[in-house]
Amino acid sequence: MENEPAFFETSPTPSSVGQPMNRVDGRDKVMGRAKYSAEYPLPGLTYGVLKTSDIAKGKIQNIDTSAAAKAPGVLAIYTHLNLPKLAKTPNDADGKKAIGAPMGFLPLTSDVIYYAGQPVALVVADTFERATQAATLVRVTYAAEQPIAAYTDPKAQLFNPEKIQDGKADGYTRRGDARAALASSPIKMTAVYTHAINHHNPMEPGSTTAIWEAPDRLTVYESTQGVTRTQKSLAAMLGLPQDQVRVVTKFLGGGFGCKGSCWPHTVLTAQAAKGVGRPVKLVLSRKQQFTSMGHREDQTQTLTLGATNEGKLTALIHEKTSTTSPWDNYAESNSKIINLLYECPTFESHYQLARGNVMTSTFTRAPGEAPGSFAIECSMDDLAYQLGIDPIEIRLRNYAEKDPSTGQAWSSKSLRQCYARGAELFGWSKRNPKAGVTKDGRTLVGWGMATASYPVHSSQGTARVRLFADGHAVVQAGATDLGTGTYTVMTQVAADSLGLPPEKVRFELGDTRLPTAPNSGGSVAAGTVSSSVYMAAQDVWQKLTKMATQDPKSPLFKAKPEDVTMEKGRLQLKKDPSKGEDFMALMKRGGLDDIEGSGQGKYGAGYEAGQSANAASDAHKDEAGQHSMHSFGAHFCEVHVDPDLGTVRVTRWVSVHGAGRILNAKTARSQIIGGSIFGIGAALMEATVRDPHYARYVNSDLGDYHIPVNADIPDMTVEFIDEHDPYINAMGVKGIGEISMVGVSAAVANAVFHATGKRVRDLPITPDKILGTKAV
Amino acid sequence: MNNFTYLQATAAKDATAAVAGTKEAAFIAGGTTLLDLMKLDVENHSQLVDINMLAFKGVEQTADGLRIGALERMSDVGENPLVLQNYPVISQSLLLAASPQLRNMASIGGNILQRTRCGYFRDTAFPCNKRQPGSGCPAQDGENRGLAILGGSKSCIATYPGDLAVALVALDAVLLLENSKGKQRRVPLVDFHVVPGSTPQRETVIEPGELIVSVTVPAAAHARKSMYLKVRDRASYAFALASAAVGLDVQGGQIRSARVALGGVGTKPWRSLAAEKVLTGAPATEATFRAAAAAAVRDAQPHEQNRFKVELAQNTLVRALTELSAA
Ligand SMILES: Cc1cc2nc3c(=O)[nH]c(=O)nc-3n(C[C@H](O)[C@H](O)[C@H](O)COP(=O)(O)OP(=O)(O)OC[C@H]3O[C@@H](n4cnc5c(N)ncnc54)[C@H](O)[C@@H]3O)c2cc1C
Ligand code: SF4
Repeated sequence: MENEPAFFETSPTPSSVGQPMNRVDGRDKVMGRAKYSAEYPLPGLTYGVLKTSDIAKGKIQNIDTSAAAKAPGVLAIYTHLNLPKLAKTPNDADGKKAIGAPMGFLPLTSDVIYYAGQPVALVVADTFERATQAATLVRVTYAAEQPIAAYTDPKAQLFNPEKIQDGKADGYTRRGDARAALASSPIKMTAVYTHAINHHNPMEPGSTTAIWEAPDRLTVYESTQGVTRTQKSLAAMLGLPQDQVRVVTKFLGGGFGCKGSCWPHTVLTAQAAKGVGRPVKLVLSRKQQFTSMGHREDQTQTLTLGATNEGKLTALIHEKTSTTSPWDNYAESNSKIINLLYECPTFESHYQLARGNVMTSTFTRAPGEAPGSFAIECSMDDLAYQLGIDPIEIRLRNYAEKDPSTGQAWSSKSLRQCYARGAELFGWSKRNPKAGVTKDGRTLVGWGMATASYPVHSSQGTARVRLFADGHAVVQAGATDLGTGTYTVMTQVAADSLGLPPEKVRFELGDTRLPTAPNSGGSVAAGTVSSSVYMAAQDVWQKLTKMATQDPKSPLFKAKPEDVTMEKGRLQLKKDPSKGEDFMALMKRGGLDDIEGSGQGKYGAGYEAGQSANAASDAHKDEAGQHSMHSFGAHFCEVHVDPDLGTVRVTRWVSVHGAGRILNAKTARSQIIGGSIFGIGAALMEATVRDPHYARYVNSDLGDYHIPVNADIPDMTVEFIDEHDPYINAMGVKGIGEISMVGVSAAVANAVFHATGKRVRDLPITPDKILGTKAV
Repeated sequence: MNNFTYLQATAAKDATAAVAGTKEAAFIAGGTTLLDLMKLDVENHSQLVDINMLAFKGVEQTADGLRIGALERMSDVGENPLVLQNYPVISQSLLLAASPQLRNMASIGGNILQRTRCGYFRDTAFPCNKRQPGSGCPAQDGENRGLAILGGSKSCIATYPGDLAVALVALDAVLLLENSKGKQRRVPLVDFHVVPGSTPQRETVIEPGELIVSVTVPAAAHARKSMYLKVRDRASYAFALASAAVGLDVQGGQIRSARVALGGVGTKPWRSLAAEKVLTGAPATEATFRAAAAAAVRDAQPHEQNRFKVELAQNTLVRALTELSAA
């Protein structure tokens, strides 16, 4: 199709899209029928268990597998000594790039130990229990060296990387002369923020089930956010053509970024399956999960701002120091959101890294935006208090009418409405402007708010529609449902696009045999896949329209295709809807049992560029790539702080977002609730502790790594601003998976400040920090 | 985890004989501590003797107090009307512990014998004097935010993590133990757990093969008016950073008798006779409570990260006493 018609042009009043439809897979999940990747009972299935390194740095001196090999049921034990060589490994830069690997090292390729928890052996046995026991019998002796645990280690060597985030972002950014602007600003503030290591901890740990269908053909049931990325990575490492690797992920128990890449355990399982000639299943233990699929890095940010006496920002200078692995320069790009959230004429950012004996950190829900927003949104709060201006007012005074980092106009931005509606729902106008004075008995009560923003990352994908003459359809895209509702919302999109009731549509996903969809990461899935599905449906209508206009028996015979439209499954003339017919009648008459269409959906800059390139009018053409695309929102939080016991409880929560078209009111609300809870976890309790001497985690289980429980979370109010964005994709949909947690920790910290007059800039805000902090 | 054999005991003497007679054998009740530690390879038992069939049941009023069978479940005891009525601190300590699923599995005897959550202890890759005597204690200058400020030594500063034993030790509970010869003995709970000293691997005075049969708690006015306050990193399902089990008998504004124990801050369930001494005979005022709290932590030896517990333990105790005396 030349020019993509927008959904709100062809479907001004959708009947299914937007409705709070229940999850189409809900019943299967509750009944235990939904099959997760570790639940395929393949004939001859065997079990792989990893043995991991006790030390964080050094060498393997000796691995004695003799006792383990003799243990009952053991089929094979793989170590760096006997594992066959791969076609490519990420151990060199070219290999890493070709594989798309998240870290520049693959375990079991040498005797060198770089981090605690690094796999040193893989034991395969006929049962899980036997493999588990045998793994304890593998005896490894190490020549240990003193590791570096973090950038805070006095022996750590800090350096300024040219690029961070796997080469995707700059290590240094400068817009205008921030230092000069700061020097001449009447208001200058500097604050230091620290963020603990966080782990994604999806409910379902990483898992792989690998089966070789033929010597050169592999199927992998994988717990991944992207079947195609895993397919590419595996094909590259194993030296197979991509289409000889099939990856299947029908259901996922959460990912949050840690399942966005193909991590070492996946290829090791495939290699083991090849070696034993039987399918192998490997499920990471919770403890192994902490050292197998990345984390959010430990980091310190220093944010300096300059402002006028009226609270107008004049300068922002951001510095971040964090720990990375021995091989990669990874750091979340915190500065991007700081560079664009407010109108500020100058900006500067620097990143500093230290190599630690840790695995490479990776994207974690709102990578960069989450910790970056913590810094800027707390500092904006400081500025508001210092000048005696309401926190919303200070943000409005610095409202960015254009993207300050690029000068581009926004494709859409409803942040003003988010502030206003959020304030109204929360009752913000009743807030006492003074901090530390609102009490409920002994309890201090505080209100805080913060802005949220998340970019629309450019992405594209394909989908296929098969419409049957009996009035049902099968719609397919190789997307992933992280558990958040992709099955459901795509069923709704397909239903409206095809003019069918949703129960007549079956949506299939999670298989590399299906049309390629992007990774479900960076909040691109809803925007990309919905557009693909919609475009595939348009393809079907075009074919059917052509058929009708050429069919002498059709009321539309000889009509011009561009004059025909589809309304609830009926092809009819735009000008005279009485002239037309049902698609089923048309197909039956033509002897067609079914008809297929395929479509390519684009999300973000690529969509806009394509639209304007194809635009009929030149006026539209000028707009190519003109827009900066983001979702925006605002969080409002009430906390109760016990000043004697140090406990902080979130007691009220309001989130309002402007995120384009909302596909399903219920699943969208759940996304925002889930992301907000994720953020509250980071704000108040989540922290993985790495021992400073051994560079090894001391709380890698869910008993000691705290995530919020129900009792920590109040009822949450979530609303969306009605927002039409014609530039982002055919559906007008923006992602909401990540914006939901941006700004959350700042909203909580700002509420804590309002309650106590104490500014805690060190996450998580646990009782010791409330007790130990002096009021400012 | 290693392979083990499994035996279901139907009589106490079979159970005690099996465990006393087999090296590395262990009783299993709810298994929520035992299996956890076995999966972590912190404990390796060659044989498990299931004691759930034994008749160590019942929550009943006896002539001089309360008797709880060692195999009663945490949830049943916590919700028992007699306990709720006359020993509220016990009920609260149970219902504020763990999660409903765990409380439905876990037994009273097993709860008292639960082991520290010190992260070094729970990971065999670290040295740890408690797990491997003589290997060292990385917690001393490592991660010690959750560890004890009272009763620690150069060898070990591991916190006793449980809640119930804190309530029980405050109320002068006594354990009834039985060994493989069928011999029974009574041990006051306050003497049951021991401080680490130079032998942190030894946590209680229980002998190999000895069973906890029951717990008895004397009835008292300070038991009827008692409460448990627990402070933790999240609202539920977390071990205590600090907790206080308190009982008061106040008449005409004067404290006639008081019971105080602290949790989350000691290497064992921490009965504070010093605090009780300050309270007894004094007016039930905040000043008294503050003085008692100061006495309770007088011997505190905090480390770098758990210094806050000195303040937190005192505030927790003052809050508990204040709330209780106002109730
Ligand atoms: C995630 C998590 C959170 C928790 N949170 C809390 C909390 O907040 N507060 C709290 O107090 N506890 C908490 N616990 C600990 C929990 O309460 C204990 O694990 C439980 O009470 C142990 O009881 P059990 O019957 O399962 O013991 P088991 O695991 O069966 O046994 C524990 C030990 O006691 C021995 N044993 C058991 N019964 C007897 C007996 N009658 N005589 C002699 N020896 C015996 C066993 O041999 C074993 O060594 C938590 C546990 C977990 C896993
Ligand atoms: S505090 Fe005790 S349990 Fe913890 S590491 Fe030291 S010796 Fe081991």
